[in-house]
Amino acid sequence: MALVELRSVSKIYHLGGEEIRALDDVSLDIHEGEFISIIGPSGSGKSTLMHILGCLDSPTHGTIQLDGRMIQDASTRELAAIRNRKIGFVFQFFNLLPKLSVLQNVELPMIYSGIATRQRHQRALGALQAVDLANRAKHRPSQLSGGQQQRAAIARALVNDPRIIFADEPTGNLDSHTGEAILALFRRLSREGRTIVLVTHDPEIAAVTPRRIEIRDGKIAEKVDLTLAGLDRPPAPAVLAP
Amino acid sequence: MNLFNTILVGLKEVWAHKFRSLLTMLGIILGVASLVGMAAIIKGMENGMKETMIAMGGADKVLLDDQDVPSYQEHLADQAPGRTMVDVQALRRSAPLLRVVSPEMRLEVLLSRAGKYVRPEECCGVWPAVIDMNLHTLEHGRFFTDLDEETAAPVCVIGTGIRDALFGSPEETGREIVPVGELININRQPFTIVGMFAHYEGEQEKRARELAKNQPARPQAGPDRRRGWGHSNWAFRRKNLTVYMPLNTAWIRFRAASGYNNIPDPRLSDIDLKVASLEELEPALQQARNVLMLTHRGIEDFSFRTQENNLDNINQQIRNARLSGGIIAGISLLVGGIGIMNIMLASINERIREIGICKAVGASAPAVFTQILVESVVIALVGALLGVGASYGLVQILSLMSPSANAPVVTAWALLLAVAFSAAVGVLAGIYPAVRAARLNPIQALRYE
Repeated sequence: MALVELRSVSKIYHLGGEEIRALDDVSLDIHEGEFISIIGPSGSGKSTLMHILGCLDSPTHGTIQLDGRMIQDASTRELAAIRNRKIGFVFQFFNLLPKLSVLQNVELPMIYSGIATRQRHQRALGALQAVDLANRAKHRPSQLSGGQQQRAAIARALVNDPRIIFADEPTGNLDSHTGEAILALFRRLSREGRTIVLVTHDPEIAAVTPRRIEIRDGKIAEKVDLTLAGLDRPPAPAVLAP
Repeated sequence: MNLFNTILVGLKEVWAHKFRSLLTMLGIILGVASLVGMAAIIKGMENGMKETMIAMGGADKVLLDDQDVPSYQEHLADQAPGRTMVDVQALRRSAPLLRVVSPEMRLEVLLSRAGKYVRPEECCGVWPAVIDMNLHTLEHGRFFTDLDEETAAPVCVIGTGIRDALFGSPEETGREIVPVGELININRQPFTIVGMFAHYEGEQEKRARELAKNQPARPQAGPDRRRGWGHSNWAFRRKNLTVYMPLNTAWIRFRAASGYNNIPDPRLSDIDLKVASLEELEPALQQARNVLMLTHRGIEDFSFRTQENNLDNINQQIRNARLSGGIIAGISLLVGGIGIMNIMLASINERIREIGICKAVGASAPAVFTQILVESVVIALVGALLGVGASYGLVQILSLMSPSANAPVVTAWALLLAVAFSAAVGVLAGIYPAVRAARLNPIQALRYE
């Protein structure tokens, strides 16, 4: 069974009486351990797809199953708990809280899952070590460079040991050199067995992932390319997270 | 996310915007200070009123008043005996529920000594029971004995007001004169002073006196104006301007010219009663009434006046003052609450993106709601605590501004009420912003610039 199963999912907006199909009858499986990119021009519906996959939004039609659980009818409260425990987000603009230190930012998801202070501390430090940022734990986000901020955001996404990580244009706000370092970090995480979904408009970035899903006008045009650079393992078979 | 953490985060948020938070709290601070200050002033007022009532003889004192006979007895009106010693003796013998019966024969007199005159507020022939009745304290000399009563001796006990007028007050002479053994004239009859009461004064007079002691005396222009009403509490002034003499002395020496059949007018001007216990006020009054109906041959020319009415009056006044003051202070607290709501709305608008991030990493709507609500309550409570401090300052300022008025008293009850009310205001002010924050759509909140 796949980690995520989307079955004929549609998302329809009504703007001034006009019907806009942001997603039109999309079906998609994501397996455990996969490294996927969702690619498409702006307005294609890729953000909407990520929001629905990431439990930030519910579909108008269709069913979505995450980790064996149907979530299209879940309440906002259940969605919040699912986002908290099973999903990690990395954003284009890092979205760290400016008033908190890097460590506190990484601790944030654990605060909402009610983990004790000491354990929170240890796990946050562990996650920061995993992204080589442990020495900046006490700094404010504004005192870090863009790449460091994005690594802190990745640590925050990792800290609750989620089943799947969504990265929305993670390199979009970084120079190409730092962007490559961030992509390398994602590749490393993927090798460690994480399930990662990269959302981008840039085919070059999408090229690093073994499986690419192209979206146009709310519909999927899937392409799988195993021969692309940076891949040293087959895509589909599940590798269990440590 | 446990509550302690939430409160800590709320405090941090308040601290992060110190000046803004202080301005927001100002409404609550002033509201709490005015509520506590108002309660303190009213408490001071209440203390003053109660003090006055005790100076007048306490709550268990009952006055036996003359009264026109009821209409169905009008044809008997000329036979009404009035209040006499017969009533006093009968009450003492037959009304055990009364603790003290004190007859008074009031005289209109002029006191004089060595060219100085004073008209006492109260000059009465009395029994020694009057000390218990009117809560007098004999400080110098002695009171009347049975022998004085029996022989109608020309002796008297005076209050300090009389001494001040005839011999000079301690403030004027610089020392306390105790005129025991001196002669004074009461309506030109010589009397020996055998005793003097303590000086009676309320909190207010005491403060005024101490204030005057500390300030140099102002040069006086024109005649002495410290006469008549209005410059001190009348109850204490009246108590100090008292002259008591034995009842028989008053009767024989001052009433001989009135009356008929060669008997001086035996009618008393007052009979005051004290009941054995306040709980048995009603039965005691019934008992006294029964006795008096007998001695008055069924003519109902008397009535009872209890201090209960007085006490009710005081309580009513205090209640009214509290209510009006409380409403005003409550409104100012509500205004403070509106300030909090305003700033919370601005604050969540500023933090829409932050709230979106929290929601994306798993903050549920209730968690966001609690966070904002706690922040609002924290602002209100910190404001309330500052307000409690400010109220002590306010009370100090108030007592500095009018040093001779009744001292305002800060009560724990008022503090508690003010803090609880501010907490409630904080909750009320926080609900709407908290609901708005909790309802934010995470996607839109994340996109918000």
